[in-house]
Amino acid sequence: MSLSASPAVELDATGLHYQELNARLATLAAAGSRRLVVRNVLGQRFIGTGLPGEVELELHGTPGEDLGAFLDGPTLRVFGNAQNAAGNTMSSGLIIIHGAAGDIVGHSMRGGQIWVQGSAGYRVGIHMKACPNGGPAVIVGGSAGDFLGEYMAGGVLIVLGLANGDNGRLVGNWLGTGMHGGAIYVRGEFPGYRIGRGAGQAPCDDGDRALLRAYLGPYCAEFGLDLEQVLASPFTKLAPLTARPYGRLYAGSVGEL
Amino acid sequence: MRSYLLPDFLVQVSDACIGCGRCVRECSFSALEMSGKRPKANHARCVACRRCVVFCPTGAISVQRNQVASRDNAYWPVALRSDLLRQAQTGGILLAGAGNDLAYPSIWDHLLLDASQVTNPSIDPLREPMEVTTFLGSKPAALRVAESATGELHLETELPPQLRLDTPIIIGAMSLGAVNLNVHRILARAAQAAGTLWNCGEGGLHEELYPFGPQTIVQVASGRFGVHRHYLEQAAAVEIKMGQGAKPGIGGHLPGEKVTAEIAATRMIPEGADALSPAPHHDIYSIEDLAQLVGALKQATNYSKPVGVKIAAVHHVAAIASGAARAGADFITIDGFRGGTGAAPKVVRNHMGIPIELALAAVDDRLRQEGIRNQVTLIASGGIRCSADMVKAIALGADLVAIGTAALISLGCTLCQACYTGRCAWGLTTQDPALAARQNVEEGVERLGNLLNAWSAELKEMLGALGINAVESLRGNRERLRAVGLDGETLAILGVQAAGRE
Repeated sequence: MSLSASPAVELDATGLHYQELNARLATLAAAGSRRLVVRNVLGQRFIGTGLPGEVELELHGTPGEDLGAFLDGPTLRVFGNAQNAAGNTMSSGLIIIHGAAGDIVGHSMRGGQIWVQGSAGYRVGIHMKACPNGGPAVIVGGSAGDFLGEYMAGGVLIVLGLANGDNGRLVGNWLGTGMHGGAIYVRGEFPGYRIGRGAGQAPCDDGDRALLRAYLGPYCAEFGLDLEQVLASPFTKLAPLTARPYGRLYAGSVGEL
Repeated sequence: MRSYLLPDFLVQVSDACIGCGRCVRECSFSALEMSGKRPKANHARCVACRRCVVFCPTGAISVQRNQVASRDNAYWPVALRSDLLRQAQTGGILLAGAGNDLAYPSIWDHLLLDASQVTNPSIDPLREPMEVTTFLGSKPAALRVAESATGELHLETELPPQLRLDTPIIIGAMSLGAVNLNVHRILARAAQAAGTLWNCGEGGLHEELYPFGPQTIVQVASGRFGVHRHYLEQAAAVEIKMGQGAKPGIGGHLPGEKVTAEIAATRMIPEGADALSPAPHHDIYSIEDLAQLVGALKQATNYSKPVGVKIAAVHHVAAIASGAARAGADFITIDGFRGGTGAAPKVVRNHMGIPIELALAAVDDRLRQEGIRNQVTLIASGGIRCSADMVKAIALGADLVAIGTAALISLGCTLCQACYTGRCAWGLTTQDPALAARQNVEEGVERLGNLLNAWSAELKEMLGALGINAVESLRGNRERLRAVGLDGETLAILGVQAAGRE
């Protein structure tokens, strides 16, 4: 997943409002630049939003909220921490964060992947969906906060607990609440009370291990991790108990006296 | 468990019946079946959708209310008691389709319009130009006009994106899922023919309808169904759905049975899976968060189109609308408590939210007081039944109105309220291909187009009678409204005087 061989265009984001920065990125992309390196990023929002699919962005600093919102194709590589809502409603592409991420990483995303080296905040992967042509994935190297995978309707969430600074707490509470699709893999164990209504533990079989290997190979390569060592620990799998969590909430239909 | 419920309706077949079986084929609720040469009714299944009555070739069918006597009780109406029995038998939340049907006062029916007499002559719309063109989009606080060296004037102020509508009526949001693709085809084509917009709702836009993008407002709701780059790019405008008048404060569940291959592809979810729209947006817990989504959508569409916010009419609607305007919304749709729905908990539909008339007046007042009314186009929706409601809404401060229920009625809806069953006999709120095929697209476009044209013509008639030659001059012109039978507090909120006051 290294940047392609085409020459990079460098940009200094110092003092730039997000609208100006994003306009410059769009102009460069429209002019044919495929590799863009942005230095001194400081809180600018919506970076990557609306850019064409072939573009690779390297961001140094701290991008702002909604990094790669509605992202459809580009690769965003951040050297720093991301704020909230990275990959919000993204369709395809790759967001790599060499650092930590805030809340709602990958909210409602339906394709592409997000790799976080460190930990992520609350509601990671909330309402992720599996698009007809392929599911999304979020991989968190550290720990994840409450409501991980809430309302999850498809895709894959992986929490590795590698850079775990939160007193050994891998995941928060209300894990997978209302989950009705997809799968959550947590490397290690956690108390059962953290699991929310709608999700349940499922055995991690050979198919799951193959899936983990496929997702974690490129992730480990990016962050210089030993794949075999990461895979050597047991994973806990969470899956939806039903695809219709609220199917019996309502009274019967017309004619059922 | 034995049911204590009685059928709501009785289906009666007279001797005029020729035994053709048409009624049986038309009834999608299985309330009729052939028994020998005659149709036989299962009354309990009848929803009084009138389909069999309309299509019986000999007029042999009638549907009556089941008038089983019970002691009069104004406090415990039969319908309420039936709901209690149904809940006792199921333990479930009761669902309902269409809008709130309880007898709350309709303020429209207490408002009357002024008309010109003698000293302020009326205008004949048949021979005088009557301007009803409406622009949807944020307006600048002031315009700068510059003169070139050759003396030509040009606008220096850069205008925010504007959409030109030939009439101040748009078709309100009805999602693919709530209605079927045939209905979406009708709404899109009718909007195009009438020079106005339709709103595809929160269930995505079928690819076949992408060519109608310039007529389409696309929604971004809490489920984010079908929201992707191309969806946003092809639209005329984007609306963030924060609330819906029929079910303020709650989300929606499209049951897996309705998620057909077509719906799944458009919503971008697996076939047969429940489509859950959570109550809040997961990324919006404040006005600042709302501003962030408005900003993200403007960025995603390169600042080329209006981005709006739809909110339900609730107690603090004025403050919320002010927040939405300050969050960068170019338009705000206010959906009143009479607004329709494909499915909502009946208790929510019937008891939550406030009337659009009061919400609209309160919002218009607040935005004026804060000096930001120009920043947003105000769209009133939720129970606009006729052109008179529209004219009154504009006089109360709306820029335009959105119609949903009225549009469906033009296509055959009889307000039987069984939308949530997915068995709509008129082919509107169903995904059953055989039922959906009952909506003939060309005929539907003609019916809805006729309705829009009729309302526009009536609007011009009323403007002429008011002595006004442009709908803009009516906007927020509450002086042209008078009220009958409203209390002082309501009059103060509406900013309308009692009829008889000079």
